Amino acid sequence: MSHDSYPQPHGDGSWIGRSVPRVEDDRLLRGNGRYVDDIALPGAVEAAFLRSPHAHARIDSVDVSAALAAPGVVAVWTGDDVADLPAMLNKEELRTPPGLAELLDPVVRMTPMPLLAADKVLYVGQPVAVVFAENRYLAEDALELVDVRYSPLAVLVDPELSLTPDAPLLHEELPDNTAVTVATRVGDPDTAFANAHAVVSERFEAHRYVASPIETRAISAQVDPYSGRLTIWSGTQTPHRLRDAIAHTLGLGPAAVHVIAADVGGGFGQKGILYVEELIVPHAARRIGRPVLWREDRNENLTSSSHAREQIHRIELAADSEGLIIAIRDRITVNFGAYNMTGLVVPYNSLCHLLGPYRIPNVDIDVVGVLTSTTFATPYRGAGRPETVFAMERAMDRLAAELGIEPEKLRARNLVGPDAMPYATGLVDRSGRPQTYDSGDYPELLRRAVAKADVQGVRARQRAGARNGKYVGIGFAMYIEATGLGPFETARIDIAPSGRVRLAIGAPSQGQGHRTSMAQIAADAIGVPFDVIDVVGGDTEATPFGVGTIASRALVNAGNATHRAGRLVREKIVEAAARRLGVEADGLGLSDGVVASKEPGGPSIGLAELAGRAPLPGTPEPADGRYGTEISETVHFRPPGFAVSSGAHAAVVEVDAHTGGIEILHYVVVHDAGNIVNPMIAEGQVTGGIAQGIGGALYEEMVYGPDGQPRTGTYMDYLVPTSSEIPDLDMEETFTPSPMNDLGVKGLGEGGAIAPQAVLAGAVEDALRPFGVVVRRGPLSPSRVRDLIRTAGRT
Amino acid sequence: MKPSSFDFTAPSTVGEAVALLADEEREAKVVAGGQSLIPMLNMRLARPEVLVDITRIPELGRLHVDAEGNLRIGAAVRQARAAADPAVRDGWPLLAAAIERIGHPQIRNRGTVCGSLAHHDPAAELPTAALALDARFVIAGPRGTRTVTAEDFFVATFSTAVEADELLTEVVFPPLPADHGWAFEELTRRHGDFATVGVAVVLEQGPGTGTVRTARVVFSGAAPVPVRLAAAEDALVGSDAGGQALAAAADVALAGLAPSDDIHATAEYRREGAAHLLVRACTNAWERC
Amino acid sequence: MTPSVPTPLAARTPPLAEPSAWHEISLTVNGRPVTAQVESRLLLSDFLRDRLGLTGTHVGCEHGVCGACTVLVDDEPVRTCLILAVQCRGTEIRTVEGLAPGDAPLTSVQQAFHECHGMQCGFCTPGFVLTTTALTEQSDRPDGEQVADALSGHLCRCTGYRNIRRAVCQALGERFGE
Repeated sequence: MSHDSYPQPHGDGSWIGRSVPRVEDDRLLRGNGRYVDDIALPGAVEAAFLRSPHAHARIDSVDVSAALAAPGVVAVWTGDDVADLPAMLNKEELRTPPGLAELLDPVVRMTPMPLLAADKVLYVGQPVAVVFAENRYLAEDALELVDVRYSPLAVLVDPELSLTPDAPLLHEELPDNTAVTVATRVGDPDTAFANAHAVVSERFEAHRYVASPIETRAISAQVDPYSGRLTIWSGTQTPHRLRDAIAHTLGLGPAAVHVIAADVGGGFGQKGILYVEELIVPHAARRIGRPVLWREDRNENLTSSSHAREQIHRIELAADSEGLIIAIRDRITVNFGAYNMTGLVVPYNSLCHLLGPYRIPNVDIDVVGVLTSTTFATPYRGAGRPETVFAMERAMDRLAAELGIEPEKLRARNLVGPDAMPYATGLVDRSGRPQTYDSGDYPELLRRAVAKADVQGVRARQRAGARNGKYVGIGFAMYIEATGLGPFETARIDIAPSGRVRLAIGAPSQGQGHRTSMAQIAADAIGVPFDVIDVVGGDTEATPFGVGTIASRALVNAGNATHRAGRLVREKIVEAAARRLGVEADGLGLSDGVVASKEPGGPSIGLAELAGRAPLPGTPEPADGRYGTEISETVHFRPPGFAVSSGAHAAVVEVDAHTGGIEILHYVVVHDAGNIVNPMIAEGQVTGGIAQGIGGALYEEMVYGPDGQPRTGTYMDYLVPTSSEIPDLDMEETFTPSPMNDLGVKGLGEGGAIAPQAVLAGAVEDALRPFGVVVRRGPLSPSRVRDLIRTAGRT
Repeated sequence: MKPSSFDFTAPSTVGEAVALLADEEREAKVVAGGQSLIPMLNMRLARPEVLVDITRIPELGRLHVDAEGNLRIGAAVRQARAAADPAVRDGWPLLAAAIERIGHPQIRNRGTVCGSLAHHDPAAELPTAALALDARFVIAGPRGTRTVTAEDFFVATFSTAVEADELLTEVVFPPLPADHGWAFEELTRRHGDFATVGVAVVLEQGPGTGTVRTARVVFSGAAPVPVRLAAAEDALVGSDAGGQALAAAADVALAGLAPSDDIHATAEYRREGAAHLLVRACTNAWERC
Repeated sequence: MTPSVPTPLAARTPPLAEPSAWHEISLTVNGRPVTAQVESRLLLSDFLRDRLGLTGTHVGCEHGVCGACTVLVDDEPVRTCLILAVQCRGTEIRTVEGLAPGDAPLTSVQQAFHECHGMQCGFCTPGFVLTTTALTEQSDRPDGEQVADALSGHLCRCTGYRNIRRAVCQALGERFGE
């Protein structure tokens, strides 16, 4: 197996740019991974949560006496037992950046979440009580004995109904069910619409689906009897935020809490936010005086861990007679579910990614985040972008049909060109700065996608007519993604006395292979072999400051922090060697872990000797009184702006008009993430993202009944695609290095997941053109495809 | 997601098993492969007091063709074993094909033929196949042993003619006519899923006539039990299984089935799908005659 | 570099008030005989993980869909979340820890997953590796349909499956020839 076919942006013998096989794998392949549930804590009790069966209800009474008497039960808590702790509020995520506050004055209403519901429940799955028992079996036995009496209240599942004036209030302290509003205008959209040659006006819906990592969420906590401190193992993507939240909730200093994100079995955003279970478990470890483990089951994960994606777009495009888009208007409704967990993150991502790679001078966008009686929704791989790209690209297809232009040609006509870079959209970015696309060649992405997808071949097949009721179609979708969200990330490099290099970064890995890619960066920056580097990620002891692995940010932020720390360490090593060797630093070079004179035959010293000279018996006292040289550097990298990735997807599908079945015949992706550190890992990230997008486009939906009951609470009903459903991809890259950071990299963890819903909807709509079908919502299940054909035929 | 508490016992004779099931003091449930039951235990949708594991009863592990040419599959015979058995593949290929559509090999390695029948999910493959193949069910209980036809065996979703104190010991498939053709077709969301809608068809060609002599048409996913559609069979019998006859049979299916909606498909989709599959299945079955 | 994890640990019977009946079982796990007291309701997945310390068997759904908990029982891949420990008397079980114990070189299947990058977070990997191992142990090369059928019994949320298919293809090629 080789990835030599990849272009090698740094093909000069450096580690960056090579498909270095992952150092993570050996341990994981032997079954030696250490996910939270694998870490044995002698004497641990296991927690199980009693969750609300109602979507909205008042809690009249809770009786735990029978549960307390059940075998193996150590403690049972209700809302009253944790009433002394503050309700959960993820302040980091809910904060409005100053620039945004000043320019757009968004409304963000706080809805603190009680650690255990005491007065009322707001979604099916909300924790009401918790049992701690000798094991999970016994804890679940006791859960059945907790007697809760509820008075059901009116349920709101549809966000548009939630906004009506007579809708019942879900959070009684708020004036209505609105959690967030934000709006932006550029130019003069009203006049542009009034003067347009053509206008399309549509309502598109992004449906609710979920991250569904194969490892569910888990956390364990132990009080260290020696230091009295709390040690937490959590499958979190943001260990430092978790540490701070635990410390705040329990009234401890941050130094009293140590969070370790051990092996994490996939996160995709769902493990990047804060949950009440993560606060209760550490509290219990202290109060009960034994280690406590909680491990979510699949039903809990599907129904009670964060959901995502549900949005309604009432979108309008205005174009002139040449097919140039002159204005866009969109009214976006985001279903937040029961609590406002992450504020502007998703709504604003949708807003500021709506224009995508297109040049649109007049803009009018309103976004409202709405509270409903469903599980809260938060960022999931793409975080507002797949939704907004679905709306925008669907609208592009409708405009193309309206104007009688081929969809790829309409897109090409409206792209921002490479000569326009850096390009200011006129909007404000998520950090509150003028939104700027730093780099990219969007026309080239589209050109390559069009060429690979063989549009002419598809059109020829379409002209030949359907065979056996099978219709071929092609779709296109483009996106941009502002990656590398700040505010910062940390890298600390230490040279151990053995000469090994320890790199600690704030961002943990959930499968992204940081131990490999970050070591590649460090090896090049310092000038040491790859295999002397040990990488630690997501341990709050190793890096007291950090943010995490969310928002396609780890490579940009932790990668550049690593690079800078490595360069500084390199300088220190050379200076120390110069002192040791008694020569000028200018005359020394460092490569492959050896500092050597640039002159042939000159002196040299290895890293181990430099760092580790110890007072062995008989060793003379060093002249400077120091044994070895302590070399370390810590860098907090603060990105000056977003590194903007981009991509063009194309898909050719065949739709069976009889069965509604869709077969993906060819899936093309051309993407740009700047310089690539490890092409094999990068390709894997994009491929995995696309698979999740295909899942959302064709299979996955988190369905609620009108009573607020989730109807897809198991893997029997929530359909994660298997190998048989995901085709091989036809992938290519362009490389436009980002000028926003030393490495020229852009994030790519989310990109793959952004376009598939849009591109597959476009392809199916194109295939079913003879029926006059318009795709306004997914997932495109066979039943829904048949509905489209049937209803189109009737009108 | 952990089972509630129960006792476990693994008797070595059918008599012992029946005695355990008939014990009114404790609610007992039979387990063999457990691939349908254990998910329900884990979700606490089933909460027996005692599980009776029948896989250690030697006679239930038999799969053989008897003197009359019937295929007899004991209650402990795993699906993978049945589907791989040469006698099954040669004589009852529809059964082998149906088994191969059950979930994944990891499930079929463990699940039993009789277990799936006794569990009776109406979207599952084996109940449909059993009705199409005119299977008979041997049921042992405290009142002795009885045999039930497939028509009488499936009562409602998750409910069969097997009483709480009884044990399905064997399923019997009669020999098929020499010049028969078969098909087993499904529409599923993903590879290995239960069928949104499915159909099993057995057509018998009259000797030298080129016409259909007998037909059996059975749908899954169309009702709380597998549905044998006699009107569709009538439309086929005597015909040449050509376009006109198939269209007539499909019309009958469209008119005669009353499936319901669920989150995966509308009733309308199931009805249309059943009619479409029927045409495909009859075509394939006729080609195999 | 790789810490060697002791496998399996001696069977551990937790001292707790389990209401369901206990049974003694004897079986073979990764070539070693094991005798243990288990509750009737103890799932095989929990027996392997909690009593034997074989945490390479991962639990992803507990209703038989995701395939992360797959091990080989008498050489066949099966879901350990859908089997009771007490049903496993007399069986021979192989878990991922038994494939290349200690510092032994990775098997060709494990090596293929590494070389093809057929894994990211690693959580689903042991299940895929064991199902693939069973495919390589068949007497005849499985055809494409059989391979697809076997792989569809496992969910992976990271890789998009392409590199998993490559890894399986490589492992089968090494076993049966191209």
